[in-house]
Amino acid sequence: MKKKLLALVLVLALVVSLAVALAACDPKDEGGTGETTISFSPIEKSKIKFGLICLHGEESTYDKNFIDAARQAVAALGLDVNTQLVIKTNIPEDAACYEAAADLVDQGCNVIFADSFGHESYILQAAKEFPNVRFAHATGTTAHIELQGNFYNAFASVYQARYLAGVAAGMKLAEMYGNGDGKAVSAENAKIGYVGAFPYAEVVSGYTSFFLGVRSIVPAATMEVRYTNSWYDADAEENTAKALIDSGCKLISQHADSMGAPLACKDAHIPNVTYNVATTDSNVQGGGSEYNETYIAGSKVNWEPYFEYLLTCAINGVTAVGFDYCGDLENGSAMTLELGKAAAAGTAEKLAAVKAELIAGTRQVFDCSTFTVGGKALTSYLADVDTDANNTPDTQVIITENGITYFAESVYRSAPYFDVRIDGITEIKE
Amino acid sequence: MTDIKKKEREPLVQISKRTDMPKWQAWLIRGGAVIAALFIGAVVAAILVDGQSFGLFFKNIFEGVFGTERRIWNLLQNGAVMLIIALALAPAFRMRFWNIGAEGQVLMGGLACVVCIKYFGDKVNEPVLLLIMAAMSIAFGAAWAVIPAIFKAQWNTNETLFTLMMNYIAMQLVSYCICIWVPNGSGVLGRLPYGHFPTLGGYNYLLNVLIAVIGVVVLFIYMRFSKHGYELAVVGESTNTAKYVGINVKKVIIRTMILSGVLCGVAGLVLVAGTNHSLSVDAVGGRGFTAILVAWLGKFNPLIMVGTSLLYVFIDQGTAYTAVAFQMSDSFADIITGIFFFLVIACEFFVNYRVRFRFLKSRKKDGSPAAPETESAEEGEESLPAAETEEEEALPVAEAATAATNEEVTA
Repeated sequence: MKKKLLALVLVLALVVSLAVALAACDPKDEGGTGETTISFSPIEKSKIKFGLICLHGEESTYDKNFIDAARQAVAALGLDVNTQLVIKTNIPEDAACYEAAADLVDQGCNVIFADSFGHESYILQAAKEFPNVRFAHATGTTAHIELQGNFYNAFASVYQARYLAGVAAGMKLAEMYGNGDGKAVSAENAKIGYVGAFPYAEVVSGYTSFFLGVRSIVPAATMEVRYTNSWYDADAEENTAKALIDSGCKLISQHADSMGAPLACKDAHIPNVTYNVATTDSNVQGGGSEYNETYIAGSKVNWEPYFEYLLTCAINGVTAVGFDYCGDLENGSAMTLELGKAAAAGTAEKLAAVKAELIAGTRQVFDCSTFTVGGKALTSYLADVDTDANNTPDTQVIITENGITYFAESVYRSAPYFDVRIDGITEIKE
Repeated sequence: MTDIKKKEREPLVQISKRTDMPKWQAWLIRGGAVIAALFIGAVVAAILVDGQSFGLFFKNIFEGVFGTERRIWNLLQNGAVMLIIALALAPAFRMRFWNIGAEGQVLMGGLACVVCIKYFGDKVNEPVLLLIMAAMSIAFGAAWAVIPAIFKAQWNTNETLFTLMMNYIAMQLVSYCICIWVPNGSGVLGRLPYGHFPTLGGYNYLLNVLIAVIGVVVLFIYMRFSKHGYELAVVGESTNTAKYVGINVKKVIIRTMILSGVLCGVAGLVLVAGTNHSLSVDAVGGRGFTAILVAWLGKFNPLIMVGTSLLYVFIDQGTAYTAVAFQMSDSFADIITGIFFFLVIACEFFVNYRVRFRFLKSRKKDGSPAAPETESAEEGEESLPAAETEEEEALPVAEAATAATNEEVTA
């Protein structure tokens, strides 16, 4: 009897909860892609509060780059770094990101920025819920489609900075193996390695531009790319760099966020081109003068100009912030890091000259005459600019300007969409 | 110093097993451990940041968890997921089946949900979709748990290794599926538009919490009052006894693990449909392992586990907020969490063992040198009446310390 009663109670509880749950199912409010116009009014400087959401903490070179820039931007505008900047670290790419954003709103933040690709859909969710707060997101792809008035994407033409870093790498190879003349470097000595995170456009665009920079100095250069399938995994990055060195690479660069690859290079006495931080900088966790022998150059996205712009817009009540912001070499958003002591002689002058050409548009990174795809020059390419689940190509990105036919990266959208695999680069996927 | 010479043969600390501590006293000790941990945390904060931080630490840790309605809901929501996983583990561990595969079982439950959303999301309406998702996630979770159970029951394989390895298979399956679903290679599934739990009364996470509450009640009744619950406890105590009294051990193992897997599947459902609306390889984020600690601290009693899972989330959330407030790195949160669990786990030692310090004893005797170790001298120190009748067995460690130095004995 007791047992029957018990079973009855349990079944009843389940049925009731199920009924309540299903009855409460409301029609979907998702997927609304229509322009949402939101007007903003100016905010007093003292009332500005900037919230930053980071995937990892300061130990990750990628996140440290954002954190440093946020502090600089806040200080540059005369705001108080201690009270007007809230940084949330180690926020995963799931509902925790939405909760972090909402919590920042509760704390009074009026500008919120998230730094990782996977944060995007959760930031968008928060943006829809809090229309009076500005949300911006790095490397994202959907703001120009969603047109949600308080949600913006931002990135920089970092491929240009990587190209410059590649030029520095090429000059190092030329100095080491070719008596200063890049053409004399043998194919064997011109093999370089690249530690990538994931095999998608942001990384492909990065390593291809780096490679083209190297090849502008050393025509015989070839590159091997290996992936770690993680944005931050110090051990995997170190081991991947070691594997590349073992397979004969004479120089390593990386697009992954830990000190793993630089460490492997230091141990093997192999020159290294970094991303985000100069490893010789003693302010960097694990960095310092022990990297003098191997550190040549590096590149990064400098977020300070964008943060300053975004905060200024908030202060002045600017509504038209731009759904998709792309910083460049000229405003310092894309930049090369200070050259290391190991850089070849004359590198600084060469970089300055190439940088001027890139800014003037007389040189293009993805100049179609400098690379081939499957043995042929690229004359037409449809990229998936308006991101969708199936990666449908939608925009012609090969254009001709100043007599140069080139792949127009970061022009139609700030986040990279160059995902072409060019000749000379071998991808190794395990 | 002269004292020590006189009593060379008596240990500085004597430790003996006890089973007589009244419940209220045990809970007093546990509560004391939590408070002590908070105090040590505050001291650490004062050392690492500045003197002011001592007071701010308490303020921050509570503000970070209870400061706003949203944070309280986050506490409840995260607590609910942790609790459901811990509930899943409780019957298995009570049966001494070391199921460390909750991580994978939850992930499979989540994967099942996403599969349903991907393939039926735009074809059926939301309530039907949720029902399919619930059924599928339960089936996937149960399948992932029953495989090692069958091997254990039939061929007595090592369930610890087996369930652990099943975790990796689940992770690889998830990453394989994400590779297929996200052709651009970013590995980011993003928020899925279908299969969301309804918001009850305007609260996003109310249903998550309700499911956890139902889970607690059901499991409490199952383990405390049902024949099944009794059988699994007997199997846990001794399989030979179980066999002797006619319990079908194989059946009990498989049945209990199915239950464990079903609850893990439910946790996966709550995680995907109720919280994240997405899935990634580290969606469970180690909670499958942390839940073991939560369940164990809760003595596999579902009601106590409510408290331990909330305590875990409280510490997790509170220290993370405190670290941000002090502008410290996450290592700060880890240090405080570490101190917390060290004390909370260590206090169980004081619940289970009696510790006597010699110097305390001699002080009680008005400074006169303590008599050589005798039963009567020991009883004089603690005033528990039951202690007099209890046959005390001194731990070997304590005896070893006698001959050796006067150093403190740590267990």
